Amino acid sequence: MNDTHLSHDPLTPLPNPPPPGGREPDTAGATRIRVATAWLDGCSGCHMSFLDMDERLVDLAQQLDIVYSPLVDAKVLPDQVDVGILEGAISSEDDLRHAQEFRKHCKLLISLGDCAVNGNVPAMRNPFKLEAVLDHAFRETATTQPQIPTVGVPPLFRQVRPVHACVAVDVFVPGCPPPADAIFYVLTELIEGRTPDPSKVTRFGA
Amino acid sequence: MPPANPQANVRVVTLTIDGQDLSARADETIIEVCRENQIPIPSLCYLDGLSIWGACRLCLVELEGQNRLFAACSTRVAEGMRITTQTERLRRYRRTIVELLFAERSHICSVCVSNNHCELQTLAQKCGVDHVRIPYRQARYQMDSSHELFRLDHNRCILCTRCVRVCDEIEGAHTWDVMGRGSDCQVITDLAQPWGESETCTGCGKCVQVCPTGALVKQGTSAGEMVKDKHFLPILARRRHAP
Repeated sequence: MNDTHLSHDPLTPLPNPPPPGGREPDTAGATRIRVATAWLDGCSGCHMSFLDMDERLVDLAQQLDIVYSPLVDAKVLPDQVDVGILEGAISSEDDLRHAQEFRKHCKLLISLGDCAVNGNVPAMRNPFKLEAVLDHAFRETATTQPQIPTVGVPPLFRQVRPVHACVAVDVFVPGCPPPADAIFYVLTELIEGRTPDPSKVTRFGA
Repeated sequence: MPPANPQANVRVVTLTIDGQDLSARADETIIEVCRENQIPIPSLCYLDGLSIWGACRLCLVELEGQNRLFAACSTRVAEGMRITTQTERLRRYRRTIVELLFAERSHICSVCVSNNHCELQTLAQKCGVDHVRIPYRQARYQMDSSHELFRLDHNRCILCTRCVRVCDEIEGAHTWDVMGRGSDCQVITDLAQPWGESETCTGCGKCVQVCPTGALVKQGTSAGEMVKDKHFLPILARRRHAP
């Protein structure tokens, strides 16, 4: 594991993200908002909370298209996406590439949940050496075939970072997971072209 | 500045806070007047009943005619004072202070025993801290679980010193104090001995009750810690039915 994977020094702050903005006028009217979601280093709980919007999803489906997500079949992120939603922290090469792709193709990027917003549980390994963490997980506590997986898995970074430490983020929705009501509030505000204030409805650890 | 006994001959002053005309006793501090009049001012180290520390700087306010900011907890009111508690500058400073507290040690609300009962967490929400713009220090601090009843987690400590003051001023034990500087600064029991070995601690738990975060907690309150001991039952039952 070498540190050339770190494309960005975790101790260097990125400039403040641009202020969030509503969808652009040309997507109003009959055109539905194109939404993409991805699951980085998290537990998928935020996506479950998204599904917890229950019957409100039916109404939302009239106003937005989920074009890419673990919840749908599409395998490729489209070139033009209105709103990107990222769950989970940046822990590996794969997470970073995903986040960068989202930033490139999404007009507005949302950090959904504490892992994306502040690192949360995945970042609890940060005070330890990566080798020690891998050793503990795959050797010391393994009951059969202790070995550290290297094939088909993305290399881990030494430090787990929140999404905004790697790419600019427009809207932050903390919570572990953010309540379904909070996600609904943020999406409906965006649909209406307003700037949501998630602190009204959720917080760290909520 | 401990609250003096109310005296009949204390002067009454008039002042304005956020444009509101108010009167107050001349020996009151700005934060006391704000609290009496339901004017919200964030604070962490200030606690009614304890001496003034003035460390957290969250209660900073602006005074008309003065360039520097004043801590509302350690500034007495005066005749004609014009105070502003909510400006863009103050909001920006308060937000940054809360972010610095989150970045300094490990405050992971979702796995903290004080989740939903934490003043730092509530303040973050009130100050609009939905993310921390500065990098986290990722430092690792120790825990002290040596006390039979309580536990200390330095990772959650914000050094407000409420524990130090309540132990000294109210309980009269002065078990707690502060040691070290900068990022090495920590609260200690006795001469930096394990809490469980402290000869001065009375086990009263006042420090735990005033701690604003999850730094001082009761033992047995985190998930999976509830250990039940049914050994008493067969022993008592046997004795009770003994001939």
